[in-house]
This record gives sequence, structure tokens and C-alpha cells, in this order.
Amino acid sequence: MTDNNSSPTVAGFTVKVGLAQMLKGGVIMDVVTPEQAVIAEKAGAVAVMALERVPADIRKDGGVARMSDPGMIKKIIASVSIPVMAKCRIGHFVEAQILESIGVDYVDESEVLTPADEQYHVEKHRFKIPFVCGCRNLGEALRRIGEGAAMIRTKGEAGTGDVVEAVRHARTVLGEIRRLREMPDEELMTYAKNIGAPYELVRKTKEMGRMPVVNFAAGGIATPADAALMMQIGVDGVFVGSGIFKSGNPAVRAKAIVEATTHYNNPEILAKVSENLGEPMVGISVGSLTEKELLAGRGW
Amino acid sequence: MKIGVLALQGAFIEHVQILKKIGVEAVEVRLPEELIPLDGLIIPGGESTTISKLIYIYDFVGPLREFAEKKPLWGTCAGMIVMAGEIAGEIAGESPCLAVMDISVERNAFGRQVDSFEENLFIPELNHGSSEPFPAIFIRAPRLIEARNEARIMVRLKDGTAVGAVQKNLLVTAFHPELSKDDRFHRFFLNLAKAKF
Repeated sequence: MTDNNSSPTVAGFTVKVGLAQMLKGGVIMDVVTPEQAVIAEKAGAVAVMALERVPADIRKDGGVARMSDPGMIKKIIASVSIPVMAKCRIGHFVEAQILESIGVDYVDESEVLTPADEQYHVEKHRFKIPFVCGCRNLGEALRRIGEGAAMIRTKGEAGTGDVVEAVRHARTVLGEIRRLREMPDEELMTYAKNIGAPYELVRKTKEMGRMPVVNFAAGGIATPADAALMMQIGVDGVFVGSGIFKSGNPAVRAKAIVEATTHYNNPEILAKVSENLGEPMVGISVGSLTEKELLAGRGW
Repeated sequence: MKIGVLALQGAFIEHVQILKKIGVEAVEVRLPEELIPLDGLIIPGGESTTISKLIYIYDFVGPLREFAEKKPLWGTCAGMIVMAGEIAGEIAGESPCLAVMDISVERNAFGRQVDSFEENLFIPELNHGSSEPFPAIFIRAPRLIEARNEARIMVRLKDGTAVGAVQKNLLVTAFHPELSKDDRFHRFFLNLAKAKF
């Protein structure tokens, strides 16, 4: 996965994956205004996701959810020194071009927005800017990496505050990788066919013994304990969407989730940072949603 | 020899893996008391604002300054910002974190992620006479503006930009040797750890 171009090489795959490696052990927070971005940065976020509406509001408001106003994203870029990510719709490569042109550091081709293409994702290799994509299983993750994604996040179910789907997807992916590690080489081609993943990436995953790019968890993480749970299950870091700015005291909760992500294996610290955080986001149990209301099924 | 890697946030596992590969005992450090048994420490790449914040919250400032007085300390990228005595163009109200090294740095000196790059650098001190260039990876990287007193510039880009410095037992690089497959910088740091100051 290295580039053969002569040096200096700008934005090769190593450099795209490299930024994600720098985000590891950190929390990426959804923000809708420059003020929220500053609160997130002060709390210790490693990056912010600039959005017009957090997933909980997208879910509530309905309608078509699109890329955010570039003017708003530029204001957020100007307000913080940490990396700024923004979302484009699945398959909407023009939204991705626009985000690249305004200097966003990472594009999230996201199922949280309404898909623009129900068959194809963005061809991500041709962009200089790196992409993060969602997945529910290893096949989906490796298809996205095959298209050029430099970072993966398990989808969970965004905007619910219910961590159950984040756990399901992370356990699925990590469990598949554990089984792949033990798989004899002669089984890899058929396995690749069965999960719909590129053979070379299946082989590489087996060799590395892990996802070939950084793998965060997302979708429903709302408390410090949720973040630590995902870290202990084995992801590299967490996205927190609605969980922070839909809670009673965003600054305090954001800082607590950052600390919990660092000290995920230390229950005493987790207990301390979980005290007096105020009201969490109200949340919706994923079990109460109909099939049509689930966002995680978007992506092919 | 036992080398710690500050594991508050960032690419700490990559450093641990390289150290283990070259036969060194490497441990993750998340609390100040874990510094005591160490012969050296690496502050990895990551987000410098996040790492600095966690250094303050978990009372690492005093113990890390004390550590830097007698033991080898190496900061890569964010770690270089954390160790610098002066940060140019600071955000209002933000001061240098550890300020253990007589260097002035500029963060995000090359631009945003789209401007991140790789460059093969010739670093005489690393090579013991060989001419093998070092593959340096720069990600939203800082640069050195100046090295004063006992600090001196050790690595420059082809265009002259300073990207690595050493001050007795202290080492900083604006790039990420932990992301290259080349372990020469880690070996160089181990030699610092063996030297007496």
C-alpha cells in the first residue's frame, strides 16, 4: 500500500492512512457551529466532524440530508487547529470534490446522509484527500478500502444514543478478522468471494492480523463508559455524534469521553470521569425502530 | 533497557512495535508513576492539543520535565510541539506544554491534510557512512523555526526547512519514523539512551 511516485510525494496512500493513525486513541466529535468546534477542541477532541444537523436531528426532521453549507464548514475550519472532517452522501463524488476544494482534512462518505447512488460508492483513489467510510462487517470494510477509503468506522446506528449496534458491528468485524487469521491460505479466495471483498485485501488483512487501515467505532456512543466499551472490544478510537451536543452539559461530557478513551482500561478513572455529567442525550432504543428507519443498511 | 511510549493519544502502538522488533522492552505509559522504571520515553505523533490537554489533566508536566533533565526523550510531530520551548502563532491563551527544549516551532507549517507529503531525506548522523536516504512522512506537520543554545538542527528538507533537532538527551522530529519501515531513527534514539550526559 505504498506509492511508487518520486519524492516528495503529496498525499499518497501512506499519508492518507497516516493521518488516521494520528487520530488513534482519540475522539472525533460532531459539531454544527464554530462555537461547538471550539468547545470540542478545548475538551480534547482529535478532530471535529462539521455538520449542519447532528444525526439525532436528521432522524427527527426527516427529508433529504445533504452535504453541509461549505461556508459553514469553512468557518469551522477557521475556528480550530485540529483536523476538520465533513460528510458527503454515498456516491456523491461532486460533494466530495467540493469538500476537497475547501480544505477539509477528511471526507466521511456517510450513510447518515441520504444516499445519492444506490449502487456505487465514490471512487476514492482519485482524490488527494483521504476518506473514511462506514461498515457493518469485514466484507463491506474491505470493499470500501478497495475503493480507496483510508480509514474505516463501524456504523452502529447514528442518532440513537443506543450503543447496541456499534457493539454488534465492531464485534462482527473483529470476530471475522480473528477467524481470518486462523484460516488456511487455500480457503482465502472462496472466503473473499463469499464476503464480497477484494482477494488481495483479504490476504493483507490475514497477514497484518488486523484491519489494514485504522478502524474507529461510531453510531450510538453517548457516555464515557460507551467509549471505553468500544475501546476494550478493540477499536482504535471513537466518533461521538449526537451524544455530546444533545446532552445537558456538552463541555463536561466531551472532556469525560476523551479521558475515558485514553484510560479505557482503568475502571477507577472511568468511574471518576463518569460522575456528575448532567443529562445524557435522551436516545431512542434501536429495537423500537422499523427497518426503514435504520441508517446502517445504506451502503453496498 | 526499557523504553516507554506516552500512550495518552496518537500513534503509540507503532512506536512500541518498532522498539519490540529491534529487541527493546517497550511499554505504554498513561500515568506519571509509570515513568519511574524507564530508561527513555517517546512522545508519539497524534493531536498535540489533545496530548497536551491530557498531560495537564493527569499531572504529567512536572514528572516529564524532571524526566527530560536526565533521561532521553524523543518527540515525533505532536511530541515535538509538546517539547518545544516556543510555539509560533499560538492560539490566544495557549502556552508551550513542557518547554523542555530550546526550540521554536510552527504547527501545521505545511498546510492542511491535502498538503501532507513524503520525502526521502539524507541524514548524515543516521547513516554511519551509508548513503541510504530516510523515508520521512509528514502529516499536517510542524517545522522548526529555530534551535538555540545547546539545541541544534539535525535534519532539513531539500528546500532547507528544519524538521529535526537534538539537544543532548532530547530529540525531536517533525515527521513520523514510526510510520516508516526504517528503524534507524529508533536505533539512533537508543544510542542517545545509552550515552551519558
